[in-house]
Amino acid sequence: MTPRKPVDTGDPDRLYTVTGGRSRADESFDLVTLIVSESAPTPGMQSEHARILELCEHPVALVEIAAELGLPVTVVRILLGDLLDTGHITARHPRAAASVASLPDSALLQEVLHGLRNL
Amino acid sequence: MDSATSELPAHRTPLRDTAETGLKIVVVGGFGVGKTTLVRSVSEIRPLNTEEVMTQAGVGVDDTDGLTGKNTTTVAFDFGRISLNDRMVLYLFGAPGQERFWFLWDRLFSGTLGAVVLVDTRRMDDSWYAIDRLEHHGTPFVVAVNRFDDDARYSLDEIRQALALPAHVPMVDCDARVRASGKDVLITLVNHLHDLATAKEATP
Ligand SMILES: Nc1nc2c(ncn2[C@@H]2O[C@H](COP(=O)(O)OP(=O)(O)O)[C@@H](O)[C@H]2O)c(=O)[nH]1
Ligand SMILES: [Mg+2]
Repeated sequence: MTPRKPVDTGDPDRLYTVTGGRSRADESFDLVTLIVSESAPTPGMQSEHARILELCEHPVALVEIAAELGLPVTVVRILLGDLLDTGHITARHPRAAASVASLPDSALLQEVLHGLRNL
Repeated sequence: MDSATSELPAHRTPLRDTAETGLKIVVVGGFGVGKTTLVRSVSEIRPLNTEEVMTQAGVGVDDTDGLTGKNTTTVAFDFGRISLNDRMVLYLFGAPGQERFWFLWDRLFSGTLGAVVLVDTRRMDDSWYAIDRLEHHGTPFVVAVNRFDDDARYSLDEIRQALALPAHVPMVDCDARVRASGKDVLITLVNHLHDLATAKEATP
């Protein structure tokens, strides 16, 4: 791997605590699913849940939430599942089909090209 | 929301509120080939690191082992992003090319537009596995040769032969440190994807 600052998950037990011992994540969240808060944090809310709601005042991709919180992607999927179930967030899933080797249509790719040329 | 309560790091540039579609491109290649450098040169944010926990069986973990069990391992990757327009945002992932990370690849490649294989001519052996894996997945890709110190030992044709690359795979020279060059690599890939999509749409 590239030399890097390790993601600070602190004490290894932190992952267990954050997820309440759960390890099954909601697989419908893609790395680039955009998350938007639908409400402010509520008093007494788990700090990671509150942090996500603060972070997602504007759309934020799942993978950016993971980087900001210093938590593995799987753990963030579990936390987002909680917030979605309670109506605290909405999720904007990628348009491209999730299956491997399914090419998006040429119109979408034309838009991507246009965006890149304007960089 | 009360912005006084949020403690966003200064470097965090929010996406536009209209952003709705996330897209992915993966940059693969051996250690030190310039993946992070390429991502940094085109990204609108400083590249960020994150990690995924997994078992050898695949991404995610099973209930018997749990997230901190002895059979889990953590794999790190970095990424950057480019806002393409009001609605679309492209994420670029720098993925480690080594064989033992294949399970990370499966996750990253799912739903990916395509891949850039970054090659260093001094260590071309590192590229074979990446190319093999992409062909196996049917993920479209281009090969970008990161010319360290104006290395001109091999022409693109010679590199194509050495890598046994089929003629339909585009190749491009680059300097991963230069934004215009990185942009050119991405355009080469998306042009290739566009050609493939147009050809597919033309066949009934
Ligand atoms: N001279 C030169 N150095 C480069 C070039 N691209 C990357 N590097 C350097 O090579 C090293 C490894 O690059 P990095 O992007 O971290 O590689 P990664 O492991 O593939 O992410 C860094 O010190 C870069 O600054 C290049 O085109 N020319
Ligand atoms: Mg790197």
